[in-house]
Amino acid sequence: MPESTTKTASATRELTFAQAVNEALAEEMRRDKRVCILGEDVAEAGTPFKVLSGLVQEFGVERVIDTPISEAGFTGVGVGAAMTGMRPVVDIMFGDFLTLTMDQMVNQAAKVHYMSGGKWKVPMVLRTTLGASRRSAAQHSQSLHAWFSHVPGLKVVMPSTPWDAKGLLKSAIRDENPVVFFEDKMMYKLKGPVPAEEYTIPFGVADVKREGEDITLVATSSMVQVALEAAELLEAVGISAEVIDPRTMWPLDEKALIESAKKTSRVMVIDEGYERYGVTAEIASVIAEGAFFDLEAPVKRLGAMHVPIPFSPPLEDVTVPTGPGVFAAAKKLCGKS
Amino acid sequence: MSTVANQTGAEAPVKKEKLLEMYRRMQMIRQFEEQVNELYTRALMPGLAHLYIGEEAVAVGICEALNVDDYITSTHRGHGHCVAKGASPDRMFAELLGKEAGYCKGKGGSMHIADPATGNLGANAIVAGSAGIATGAAFSAKHAGKGQVAVCFFGEGALGQGVVYEVMNLAALWKLPVIYVCENNLYTEYTHFSETLAGDLLQRGTAFGVPSEAVDGQDVMAVNNVAKRMIARARAGEGPSFLVCNTYRYTGHHVGDINREYYRSKQEEQEWKTSRDPIKLLTKWLTEQGHASTEELSGIAQEVAAEMKAAVEFAIASPYPAIDKVAQDVYA
Repeated sequence: MPESTTKTASATRELTFAQAVNEALAEEMRRDKRVCILGEDVAEAGTPFKVLSGLVQEFGVERVIDTPISEAGFTGVGVGAAMTGMRPVVDIMFGDFLTLTMDQMVNQAAKVHYMSGGKWKVPMVLRTTLGASRRSAAQHSQSLHAWFSHVPGLKVVMPSTPWDAKGLLKSAIRDENPVVFFEDKMMYKLKGPVPAEEYTIPFGVADVKREGEDITLVATSSMVQVALEAAELLEAVGISAEVIDPRTMWPLDEKALIESAKKTSRVMVIDEGYERYGVTAEIASVIAEGAFFDLEAPVKRLGAMHVPIPFSPPLEDVTVPTGPGVFAAAKKLCGKS
Repeated sequence: MSTVANQTGAEAPVKKEKLLEMYRRMQMIRQFEEQVNELYTRALMPGLAHLYIGEEAVAVGICEALNVDDYITSTHRGHGHCVAKGASPDRMFAELLGKEAGYCKGKGGSMHIADPATGNLGANAIVAGSAGIATGAAFSAKHAGKGQVAVCFFGEGALGQGVVYEVMNLAALWKLPVIYVCENNLYTEYTHFSETLAGDLLQRGTAFGVPSEAVDGQDVMAVNNVAKRMIARARAGEGPSFLVCNTYRYTGHHVGDINREYYRSKQEEQEWKTSRDPIKLLTKWLTEQGHASTEELSGIAQEVAAEMKAAVEFAIASPYPAIDKVAQDVYA
């Protein structure tokens, strides 16, 4: 089966992001009987976002398993099941609920392999969501991927397109380590091409979503869509922007990010997590260390404001990066006001 | 549903060979822990350790009823569970000293010994941290359909953690083959459990419809009897059980906890050691029932002493891991 790192494929179809996730799960469950899904309202309901619709009909309630509202409990069950031969995909409905899983993920899943001297392993996937702008307020809108990227032993995946979502999720399920897979709720209805043939996408390989010469926009998850929108606006004022998506926070394709920075000499990093102590800080630091003498300007970061996500729409809308916001900041970084 | 099972040897007879093996394992745990304390006192062991002395009958009574491919999860006070499930003392000591020959190549230490060969999913330094893992192992076991069970050992302090109740609820709903074994050694670190746990301990299981029993944790035969019933039930697909073993921690919370009179009296400790010691009680029962002579038993104790001495020497003589191993095993 081909490992696809580029956007070439013999035949593609248009799928939504949600359909791509669903298809990845269905294919892996057909391929490997050890793969099962655990989570709240994953079976008949197919999750509130309907991402898992149809899976219980094909695979039954023995493999698509509704749990009580016990995030710590069923995540822990996932860890133990993974250690003893299953390949569980644990579904945490809202990324905000990850706080309830922290001991299971950080103290258990992430450390089992190391603490046991490499004897036990935890091949599980924790799928969850991130992203604001759904008018869901402070406890249903956070993007907490930086926390997991901080912990050795975990891998963190953030797809930005249906194509990447499917290929990366299949790789996540086949990985021998605990993988946290973040899906932006706002992208579930986003449509894009997905290869008709089977494929996977390896971790640690960034993807250039748009080539450019004057500035690099490093963006993650739905911020890739925001960066692409900004790149269009920049083109209209004569600035050629490159958009690069690391796709996995860990492993991180440092080489590709540094190369793009050297090529364009200006870099902005855009991520929907909190800007302070976040993913943007880490990536900016990687680029500053690796491309400092090729840069024309300090690396600029754009993340979520340091406030709990507010409910009121005009307030919420200013908390996370937008296309026009990225456009304005990028233009300034290029010396054009 | 809540019954008390403390009638020594009241159920199916156990063969002499098994009885002596239980005696040996209890001696191994006792003497292993004495050596650990010695290593600490002589400043040969990095860090601290939490000794299981006084609680030997719990681990041995339960693990004797398990097969090698059954799973256990253990706690920060976990050396007894490892030995009872069949681990070798030499590699355990090596782990405690941070040596390459240890069960976890020295990366885990006292609180994280794990051994797939004996079904040991690992000791855990987060109180109740392995409740999810044990329940997950039972989930796999049910899926695999080979009749394996999982035993989740934890202290009464873990009953303060919500995740225990989350997984008990799940295990009851899904009829998972898991036995939750609460070792009530009376002290949650430095605090008597009556100050940390409200209500009735057993009702924490019965609330979920989980059969729950208390047993004299100093009586290895009583523990073994109730364990066999609970394990048989799990293997038959009838679901989880909850067992409270009433026991006592002879030493401090850890090896450095020497002055304990602010939370319990020396007299209390002495009373348990004199009249409730699990090894003394088993010795008395074995000799009175004619299963073994005093000489036979002291012979076993001496063999264990020699084994422990050699195991400690092996660990002391073993090399530390090479520095370049530090980043190995982070990812599989």
